[in-house]
Amino acid sequence: MWTFFHKLGSPKWFYDISGKWLPWFAVISALLLVLGSIWGLAFAPADYQQGNSFRIIYIHVPSAILAQSCFMMMAIAGATGLIWKMKLADMFVKAAAPVGASFTFMALLTGAVWGKPTWGTWWVWDARLTSMLILLFLYFGIMALQSAIEDAATAAKASAVLALVGMVNIPIIKYSVEWWNTLHQPATFTLTEKPAMPAEMWIPLLVMVIGFYCFFTTVILLRTRNEILVRERRTNWVKKLVTKRGAL
Amino acid sequence: MNPKRKQRLILVLFLVFGFASVVGLVLFALQENINLFYNPTQIAEGEAPEGARIRAGGMVVEGSIKRDDSSLLVNFELTDFNASIPVEYTGILPDLFREGQGIVAMGSVDASGVFQADEVLAKHDENYMPPEVQDALEKSGKTADGKDALPYSEKHTY
Repeated sequence: MWTFFHKLGSPKWFYDISGKWLPWFAVISALLLVLGSIWGLAFAPADYQQGNSFRIIYIHVPSAILAQSCFMMMAIAGATGLIWKMKLADMFVKAAAPVGASFTFMALLTGAVWGKPTWGTWWVWDARLTSMLILLFLYFGIMALQSAIEDAATAAKASAVLALVGMVNIPIIKYSVEWWNTLHQPATFTLTEKPAMPAEMWIPLLVMVIGFYCFFTTVILLRTRNEILVRERRTNWVKKLVTKRGAL
Repeated sequence: MNPKRKQRLILVLFLVFGFASVVGLVLFALQENINLFYNPTQIAEGEAPEGARIRAGGMVVEGSIKRDDSSLLVNFELTDFNASIPVEYTGILPDLFREGQGIVAMGSVDASGVFQADEVLAKHDENYMPPEVQDALEKSGKTADGKDALPYSEKHTY
């Protein structure tokens, strides 16, 4: 465990090993996303009240899950960067922020599209929707810090603090539907109870969630590897790598 | 862990928990204001501000919907199984609006105690099922949890 953690301190080691993982994640995510979409959109049964419009759940729920877990990962990476001064953690935070923001935006957008026919409104200022919007602004804040501060170490420190402070929003999003009266319905899936949805509906959803995680991993690996090359461009191994590929 | 890292770890933990407790206290103080709607009991007991624009949330009472023949005027009763209030609304209702459905209405209580709504939103619950299952459940008189169906589900989620 600790050796793995120490190895993460070396961007070169991570660049090499992630190059080996990358094709696997890419292929698996493509397969799962295609399978999950076709299954969810064409074969899963319609809902008794909402009809076919409920099918947006197959995009909405995975996006919302990823939006929140991406932020948690960024907070953990931010803490690691602050405490252990690990360069890779800083790069991860920088690489993940726009991806997480995209997932948050997608969750908000699909929610609005679903809300119009189901609730009768695109948007309502209830606790769940508002806390999700705050999450989007937190992502924007981290992105803004990254581009406003030129020194990479200072930018990393500032974004790590914002990620850690913003972490408080995650349990608020999760429990907003239980603590307050909201228009958004409570969670269909909980760890303790069986889902309030039959298996032929939630299995494709599970496929989509795993597919989204693999897609997220693929994108993050690509972006982090890019960031490694940019920041380590003066080191010998990057120069060697670039010349070997015939770029110079 | 060397002392410097330990110091930074403590600082990070202090930051996270300190900020979490600040936000926690703020939310606790604002508890009432964050709720999207008042339920009929609160309105009947006068907890909701009178005359002000508020939201009321609850279930549409079965058999209470009366539509006007010549306009879009609709009357129905809103309940939380404890108290119920009459609601009047003119306009187009969302697809999910039906008897026994949870809704949130925006408007104000008039002098005669009728809630004059200018916006009605349907609230969806967390249960999803195919239509065939719903038919089968209705025939057997059970709810999705396998319990006997009640006039309204006891586990209502509005």
